[in-house]
This record gives sequence, C-alpha cells and structure tokens, in this order.
Amino acid sequence: MPKSLVLTALACAVGALVSGAPAAARDLVSFDSGKLILTNGVTTIEGSGGGGLATWATISGMGTDRAVGVSAHATIVELPDFRLDTHGIAVGIRDRVELAYARQNFNTRAVGAALGLGRGFQFNQDIFSAKVRLAGDLVYGPGWLPQVSVGVEHKRNLDGAIVRAVGAKASAGTDFTVSATKLFLGASVLANATLRVTKANQFGLLGFGGDKHAGRSVQFEGSLAYMITRRLVVGGEWRTRPDNLGIAREDDAKDLFAAWAVTRHVTLTAAYVDVGSVATFAGQRGGLLSLQLAY
Amino acid sequence: MMFLLPFLMAAAPLAEPPAAPVPATTEAPVDWDKEFGVVRKERDPVTGEIPVDPYVQSDANAGAKPYSGEGLARAFGGQAGIRRITDRALDLSHADPRIKAIFEEHDMVRLRRTLFEQVCYLLNAGCRYTGRDMKTAHKGLGTTRADLNALVENLQRAMREAHVPFAAQNRLLAKLAPMSGDVTER
Repeated sequence: MPKSLVLTALACAVGALVSGAPAAARDLVSFDSGKLILTNGVTTIEGSGGGGLATWATISGMGTDRAVGVSAHATIVELPDFRLDTHGIAVGIRDRVELAYARQNFNTRAVGAALGLGRGFQFNQDIFSAKVRLAGDLVYGPGWLPQVSVGVEHKRNLDGAIVRAVGAKASAGTDFTVSATKLFLGASVLANATLRVTKANQFGLLGFGGDKHAGRSVQFEGSLAYMITRRLVVGGEWRTRPDNLGIAREDDAKDLFAAWAVTRHVTLTAAYVDVGSVATFAGQRGGLLSLQLAY
Repeated sequence: MMFLLPFLMAAAPLAEPPAAPVPATTEAPVDWDKEFGVVRKERDPVTGEIPVDPYVQSDANAGAKPYSGEGLARAFGGQAGIRRITDRALDLSHADPRIKAIFEEHDMVRLRRTLFEQVCYLLNAGCRYTGRDMKTAHKGLGTTRADLNALVENLQRAMREAHVPFAAQNRLLAKLAPMSGDVTER
C-alpha cells in the first residue's frame, strides 16, 4: 500500500513537471515554445545562443519568461585545410538563464601530418557555458534598451600535451562575456555587440595563453542582421581574437550568414566564414552549415 | 462495499425530511447580484458596446506617437485595409486555442473599434484614438509574454494575408512593442 502511494505521488509529480498545458504555466518545468520565431537566435560554434561566431544576449530555447526551453545543435565548418564539427545542447530557464554544453572536434586533415601529429589528427574540446539575462528584451520594452546578458564559458581542451607543445600556457580556460542585443523593428535590423575577456587560442582549440601574451585580453564580437521575412534573416559578423602564440598568427574571424526558420522548432544556418590563418595555414575561408532544434 | 453500511445506516436519520411542513414564505427571492454589489452592464443599444468606467479621451492613450507621412497608411491599404487586418487578427486570436479564453471574456465589439482606431492613428491613416490607455485597458487580464507573442503572430498573419510588405509590418510592431510592460503581467 505505501509503495503504491509513493508511486502515485511520483506519477503526479512527474505529470505536473512535464505537463505543457496552459493551466500548468506556473509549474516548475513547463514548455510553451512561446517565443516569436527566430527570436531565440541560433547556436554559436561554442554552444551558446547567438549568431554563428558571436555570442548574443539571447537565451536559448523557445521558452518564454514562465517556461523552460531546450535546444540542440550540430554545426560543420568546412575550411580549405581543416574541418570543425560542433554539437551540443542548451537549456533556457524562464528566458533568464541559459546553460549549455558543446563538444568541438577540429580535424587537422593533411595539416596534421605536416605538423607531425598524424593525418586527420583531431583536437577536441568541451565547453560548458552559462549566461544570465540582466536587463531588457530583444523585441519588447523601450526601443533604446537592448537585451543585456553576461556569460561565462569554461573550455577544456582534451589534448593538453599537444597544445602545450605548440606554446599554449594552459589546456583549459574560462571566457567571460557581456552582450547587448536588440531587434530594431522599425528598421527590421538586429544588432549585437559583445565584449569577451579571453585567453583562448583559436577558440581554445590550440589551448589558452601563449608566449606572446599569457593573460586574458578584451575582444569584440559584432553582428548585424536584416530580417527579410519572419523566417529568414541575413547578416554578417565580426569577431576579434587574441594573438597569443608566437609560432602561429591568429586573425579576426568574420562571416556572412543566412538563417532560415524552417518551422518554429527547426532553424538552418548557412554561412561563408573567414577565420584567416590557423596554425600557420593562411586563408582559411569556407562554409558553415548549422542545424538547430529548439523547444 | 459492505464496510460502508454502518456509515450509511448512521447517516440515514439525518436524511429524513423535517416533520413540520415548510411555512409559506412571503419574502421576495434574494437578489444576489444586489447582495454582492454586482452591477450588470447592459450593452449600449446604439453602439452595442458594454460601457467602461469614465476616462479622459486622448490620442496619447494610444501609447505611442503616430508616424508622419502617408506611406504606411498606403502600405496597409488605408482605413479599409487596416480594418480588415485588425478584424482578421482578432478573429484569429478569438479562435486561437492559446489565447481564445482571454477574448471570450472580452467586449469584442468595443475591442474591434478601439484596436482599429489605435492602428489607424499610429499609421497616420486619419483616425483619432478614443480608447483607454494600454495599462487600464489590459488591467486584470493576466496576459503573459507567451499570450502577447501569440497575438503578435496572429497580427503578422493578418498583415501577411493583406500583402503588407514585411518591413512595413515591422514598422507597426515597432510602435506596439515598447507597450509590452503595460499589456502583460509579471
């Protein structure tokens, strides 16, 4: 008898937690997928909500301020000499807090052999991130007040010995970001500006800090996008990066992108990406393709 | 079920009708509306609207300054086009399972008129806004951000069906979006 009571109580609790009915709007966990299409943004190559390269102040998932949202992404970046695969998941809580995890696999292809690492050697990295919306709203509220968020991204490179061998000071590092993002409806333009304090080399794929500069520096990420329709946005991004390693120059990263909301829950992003020189191989310009599922 | 029998038997005497006949009452039936101070509002026979508490009429109640120039009014098809769009947005919302409950309890006759006036005024299509301010008009509705987004989607669909260019649609939304704090509840 007590066992069945416990089971009943559990069933009720689970039912209350997973229920998405309007009556359950104040439950601990309810999904409403109530954001306007595309206003959840897409997923960066570091797993946080944003554009493709720049982290935005947006909170991942389609949940509004009384609900929870989740999203998952997979991205490939195909460059002349490298290939980056990222995939990850993110949770948005009450459009206030974002928690995300992403895994990056960076394939060095023929470069790996040239560097003595072996053909097709992969650098791997785990990224755990959190973001909190401090003020404002992407769409609503005063037109002059953007959505402002602060974030932290903890990156753990899984090839510590190798990144230290190329000159990195550490195999793990933590970035701090502050982002302001606004959809200026009167112009159908979305603008984002982010400051990132980081010591990551090539997003952390080549470790953190170096012989040229060991500590953190302040970098800028800007995005400008135009909404063509409710489902289609085109734009560009610019991301400055530190240049810490003596043996391999690092350049700013840029992209031109189009994001298309196929449905409320599915967003496809295609971009032309230029990350400049990577591990002494210059002119790394290529294509990015990203799929995001969001609820 | 047998274990219930003692309870039923114990309860039985209470269920018996009172012995004395009920005396004929001379009192009038209780007017519960009056007892609880409920004032039934009748629709105005001319306008068909349910009266609201008195308020000062002003264009400022529309919640934003109107656009200048005639471009947007033209993009929305003038007053006739705006009326079709606002009517359609309300019809969609009234049938939308996400938010229909809000509209079922609402004076749709008055809302149709005031929403049309507001949009017409903001787009500089030649109207005065005679409704209440946004905060007063939405008081007690308990609307959420998700409700507001659903309404926006219905308005977007109505504008899309009327072939209003997307950039012009956003120009209207740009006037409405800053009012979010007055029309939703935290």
